[in-house]
Amino acid sequence: MAFVVAIVLLVVISIALQLFSPWWLQPIASNWSGIDATIDITMWVTGFVFIALNLFLAYCVYRFRYNKNRRAGYEPENSKLEIWLTGFTAIGVAGLLTPGLFVWASFVNVPEDAVQVEVVGQQWQWSFRYPGADGILGTADTAYVTPKNPLGVNPNDPFGQDDLVVQDKEMHLLKNQNVQLLLRSKDVLHDYTVAPFRVKMDMVPGSVSYMWLEPTLAGSYDILCEEYCGVGHFIMRGTVFVDEQEEYDTWISAQATFSETQAIAEGNPTAGKSNYAVCSACHGVNGEGNQALNAPKLAGQQDWYLRQQLKYYKSGVRGTNPDDVYGAQMAPMASTLINDTAINNVIAYINTLPDNAAPATVSGDPEKGAILYKSICGTCHADNGTGIWSVHAPALSGMTDWYLVRQLQNFKSGVRGAHPQDQLGYQMTAMMSALEGDEDINDVVAYINTLR
Amino acid sequence: MSYVPIADQKDEMHDPHTFIAKYVWSMDHKVIAIQYGTVAVAVGLVALILSAMMRLQLGFPDSFSFIDPAEYYQYVTMHGMIMVVYLLTALFLGGFGNYLIPLQIGARDMVFPFLNMLSFWFYLLSVFILMASFFIPGGPTGAGWTLYPPQAITAGTPGSDGGITLMLASLGVFVVAFTMGGLNYVTTVLQARTHGMTLMRMPLSVWGIFVATILGLFAFPALFVSAIMMSFDNLLGTSFFMPAMVSLGETLEHTGGSPVLFQHLFWFFGHPEVYIVALPAFGLVSDVLSCHARKNIFGYRMMVWAIVAIGALSFVVWAHHMYVSGMNPYFGFFFAFTTLIIAIPTAIKVYNWVLTLWEGNIRLTVPMLFACGFIFTFIHGGLTGIFLGNVTVDLPLSDTYFVIAHFHMVMGVSPVLVLYASLYHWFPKMSGKMFNVTLGKIHFWATFFGTYAIYLPMHYLGFLGVPRRYYAMGTTDFLPESAVTLNANITMAAIWVAAFQFVFIGNMIWSLWKGKKADPNPWEATTLEWQTPDNPPCHGNWGPELPKVYRWAYEYSVPGVISDFVPQNIAPEDVKTVDGSPYIGHED
Repeated sequence: MAFVVAIVLLVVISIALQLFSPWWLQPIASNWSGIDATIDITMWVTGFVFIALNLFLAYCVYRFRYNKNRRAGYEPENSKLEIWLTGFTAIGVAGLLTPGLFVWASFVNVPEDAVQVEVVGQQWQWSFRYPGADGILGTADTAYVTPKNPLGVNPNDPFGQDDLVVQDKEMHLLKNQNVQLLLRSKDVLHDYTVAPFRVKMDMVPGSVSYMWLEPTLAGSYDILCEEYCGVGHFIMRGTVFVDEQEEYDTWISAQATFSETQAIAEGNPTAGKSNYAVCSACHGVNGEGNQALNAPKLAGQQDWYLRQQLKYYKSGVRGTNPDDVYGAQMAPMASTLINDTAINNVIAYINTLPDNAAPATVSGDPEKGAILYKSICGTCHADNGTGIWSVHAPALSGMTDWYLVRQLQNFKSGVRGAHPQDQLGYQMTAMMSALEGDEDINDVVAYINTLR
Repeated sequence: MSYVPIADQKDEMHDPHTFIAKYVWSMDHKVIAIQYGTVAVAVGLVALILSAMMRLQLGFPDSFSFIDPAEYYQYVTMHGMIMVVYLLTALFLGGFGNYLIPLQIGARDMVFPFLNMLSFWFYLLSVFILMASFFIPGGPTGAGWTLYPPQAITAGTPGSDGGITLMLASLGVFVVAFTMGGLNYVTTVLQARTHGMTLMRMPLSVWGIFVATILGLFAFPALFVSAIMMSFDNLLGTSFFMPAMVSLGETLEHTGGSPVLFQHLFWFFGHPEVYIVALPAFGLVSDVLSCHARKNIFGYRMMVWAIVAIGALSFVVWAHHMYVSGMNPYFGFFFAFTTLIIAIPTAIKVYNWVLTLWEGNIRLTVPMLFACGFIFTFIHGGLTGIFLGNVTVDLPLSDTYFVIAHFHMVMGVSPVLVLYASLYHWFPKMSGKMFNVTLGKIHFWATFFGTYAIYLPMHYLGFLGVPRRYYAMGTTDFLPESAVTLNANITMAAIWVAAFQFVFIGNMIWSLWKGKKADPNPWEATTLEWQTPDNPPCHGNWGPELPKVYRWAYEYSVPGVISDFVPQNIAPEDVKTVDGSPYIGHED
């Protein structure tokens, strides 16, 4: 009897959850309402079968419960019943399958007026490429990948020169314009998923996959990677904005073309030396850093990282959090570098400074830190702590250790990394949940000190 | 000369004479079955604890900083692989296959007892290799149980230094072990059936195990070659699955390989693998249901053909795991079509189980509770499969928690409920002791409600768009606070279920030690294993003479017969009828 009640109860709970669940498909933002309709049909048909079969099960268990004075029936087969059941099931299955196949047929056939946009995946970041004025994407290959050409656009392809290269976790699509997304990966499998669009597709290194949609609802939506891509899978995030024409045009016009990104001049260290005079007051003549002035070591740091942080200070992404006292000191200093040329020059000068390891000041247990570093930090910042440009992870080893401790604390408390324009700060914030507190932080930094 | 089954020939008996020959290096199928079962359950407990750790992280992402992302992915991977291959496959085929095939078809043993013994020891070796990966630098692989390249062997994945090598080696050894056991099961079923045991008189347990084994013999080689090819890519620098790529800033030497090729090979194994687990479960549960409902299985012939049809179809549906893999999307039409066809024989099985209960005289014993619970969970898991098999519906749901919920209902909870039904059902035969019924019922209710509490709401997280294999969701635009609370509650339910599995272990150990002596045929079943002269059966199973089979395995509640069950080996003239008239039984 308890079993009968249990089955009926579970059926009722299942129906109630379906009817009153606060968790359901996100409001649709694309043309794929056919997918939602197919889900609805499937839910109705399977829901009916679920209820009918289980209530029949419960009824049998109740009606034919054990009674020692009764005997079970004897009916090895009933061909007629079996044929009917098979027939009805086949009809039901055909009814479920057919609408789905029609929707799939429109999914695999891309409309001719669809514009192409390329989505590039890599461990654990998104980037995008738009076809530019000629409307045609140039060819690309991982063989062309360099720090300056991270997407591997073919530098010899005339169609690629005006492509817009978006090294940013945000992309924009024009509302009510059919778009075919060409999906490409530089390293492992990824999957481009925007839940309100309903459609998704894996990105496979060595080939280009595709999907198409028409965004129908303006707004911003999470881009998630939904094919496991290694330890940083869960922090591979992006945002897609569905724009009206005006906003879309504004954004597009602000993006750099491929040829512009290639034309940026190398910095001039001689010119940078005079710019550096302001920096040297705190960071030291040789960029060695000064703990008393809370200025970290600069010499030996990767150039792209210095460039990015200077731009963050200039634009207020960094140094504006009221709890970031020392960052607030840096922000006005960064503004003394009036343009990109000045920034490039000063970085070129810093590159010439001697890279001597900063003194160790943090005490912690390097053996415990080693375990933490290898499983949490090493994948991106490299086993020897030199940093990896392609994942935007700066150098750690030989840098000022008290500064590392403070930044880890800042990431953990949200003082750093929480700004919406901080492209990858959220990744550090997410990884910090695996470090318990100051003790873990000190241990990790103590281990980094052994890497110099 | 009269027919002498292979296993009944005197020089093939391998009677054990020493303790070691009897219990360690044993060639007796029953001992090997228990060895297989014990190792599978032990390694399954490891996987259970890993799942509890994963759930702690998912339910309380900010509270358990001792679980870092790398470890989390290692737990995910090892949990999945252990549960699917080293627990379910090993326990259903190595455990129940070994135990039941000779006993249910009336053989003295497997036809190749030595090979059978080797099969177990190779299985144990594969388990040791797998477990060793927990103790090497870098730990076990965290590539996800599907081991998709390129990430499985590149630096961004935990365990890519040694863990993946050991995982592939272990799988290779497992396939060797399976092949030795599998050839044995197939040959034994075909060659060693006793007098009168025609194929269409075999219990459905044997049918399920038999067809599953054939599937395994075709499917596991695909896993075997992909393990070798990936090892080559990893260790020798070949490029079977590895295209040109830039891994963490470093341009690798590989060029021209196809990651999707691996997926085809993996799922050519992986989908039949679902049925390698499910078909034995279908068979075992049919026998349990029929016996405790005191009624013949409804539509026996249809059940057999459904097993065969599902087995055959399972080889042409594999790419439904790959609808969004980036393979040619036109494949979607074909694979959605074949996948939904497989729903038909599967539905027939469900209809026949509930129709078996119709007009039965149902004894809700502990094994019967688990068997009926299975019908419920399997209906649920089977129906959600229709969502994912239909290519269009799969688009939004693929790689979300809906998938997790679906396959845990259909391939986790359902087969495990059958395993419990079977373990409780055959425990009196295997051990000669009765288990504690109260503890058994507590175990059932906790597991049945607990697992549904875990997996029912999980489907809705999938609809919402929560992706699988995320260490933490962090900040998103779409996740409401209620979903976070839900995740915490799912974790509580998972811990609850995990804890109650120890009630089962305790019950088994206690009953083995102190349990009441069991009747040789406590459930009044018709199949041969309950008719052995000794309980538990001795080496050779049948004493001096093999049983002779007169009828099918489901002769329950025959009208006019005094007893409500007629064992397969009772001669028609010995069957007592109410009015003394000659007994005419089921004709096959």
